[in-house]
Amino acid sequence: MIDKKWIGHVLPESILPIERTRLQFFAKATGETRAEYLDVSSARGAGYADLPAPPTFLMAAELDSGAVDELLRDLQIPLSKLLHGEQGFTYHQPVCAGDTITVRSIISDVYEKKNGSLEFVVKDSRALNQRNELVAELRSVLVCRH
Amino acid sequence: MISFDTVQIGDELPPLSIPPVNRSMLALFAGASGDHNPIHIDVDFARRAGMPDVFAQGMLGMAWLARLLTGWAPQSGLRRLDVRFMGITHLGNAMRCGGRIIEKLDRDGERRVRIELQSANQFGEKKIVGEAWVALP
Repeated sequence: MIDKKWIGHVLPESILPIERTRLQFFAKATGETRAEYLDVSSARGAGYADLPAPPTFLMAAELDSGAVDELLRDLQIPLSKLLHGEQGFTYHQPVCAGDTITVRSIISDVYEKKNGSLEFVVKDSRALNQRNELVAELRSVLVCRH
Repeated sequence: MISFDTVQIGDELPPLSIPPVNRSMLALFAGASGDHNPIHIDVDFARRAGMPDVFAQGMLGMAWLARLLTGWAPQSGLRRLDVRFMGITHLGNAMRCGGRIIEKLDRDGERRVRIELQSANQFGEKKIVGEAWVALP
């Protein structure tokens, strides 16, 4: 059982410098071949300051920093039982290579279904850039299966 | 060029077909995304966890849905993307990502369309469903 006391828990902040080579790697890994995601001059031609971070890329912030691993340890959710239930993004500003993104998250809910055979953890996050502008909001629903 | 006036409710986005999931794709995505959960890349770990084999990261499937959208209209117009993961995407699954416009509206001083999204494998099994809002010129 995941203790409801974790509702309101604030995760340590995660800082993700957005790097061109990582974005190019992400494009390769997702089958993205369009020039604006791979080539800086094409990205600028498309109106971006530099290579744009694709819509789902910001998940990397709390994976790279270890914040997600720490959360799973705290909540005692083993990786072998973890599933991703839902994911949402609300976008406010473009994120491009050269930006530095800070993600701050809070656990906003913990609940169960099917008599506790599935437990759910809801994490809400805000992502800000180096100018302290809100660039995106993220909502993750993690599932622990028993 | 896509514009608000030229799209209609019920229009379908050009679908995006993805090659069958293989182990290389999962290893590359683990590295690129930062999700190093071994259940997606280490068959021994996956079997100890009670799974028949490794399976795709949910966020890989969501990244493909994002490609469907950004291939249709510029990413700078994307306002929201929300999905629910319905089932595990297995090795060999060839995903087809599709979207359909379900609403046209004025919001926050711009013209937006709401798009219903889904990805399904070659057997028609839905793996991800969701919604996006895209602002159009």
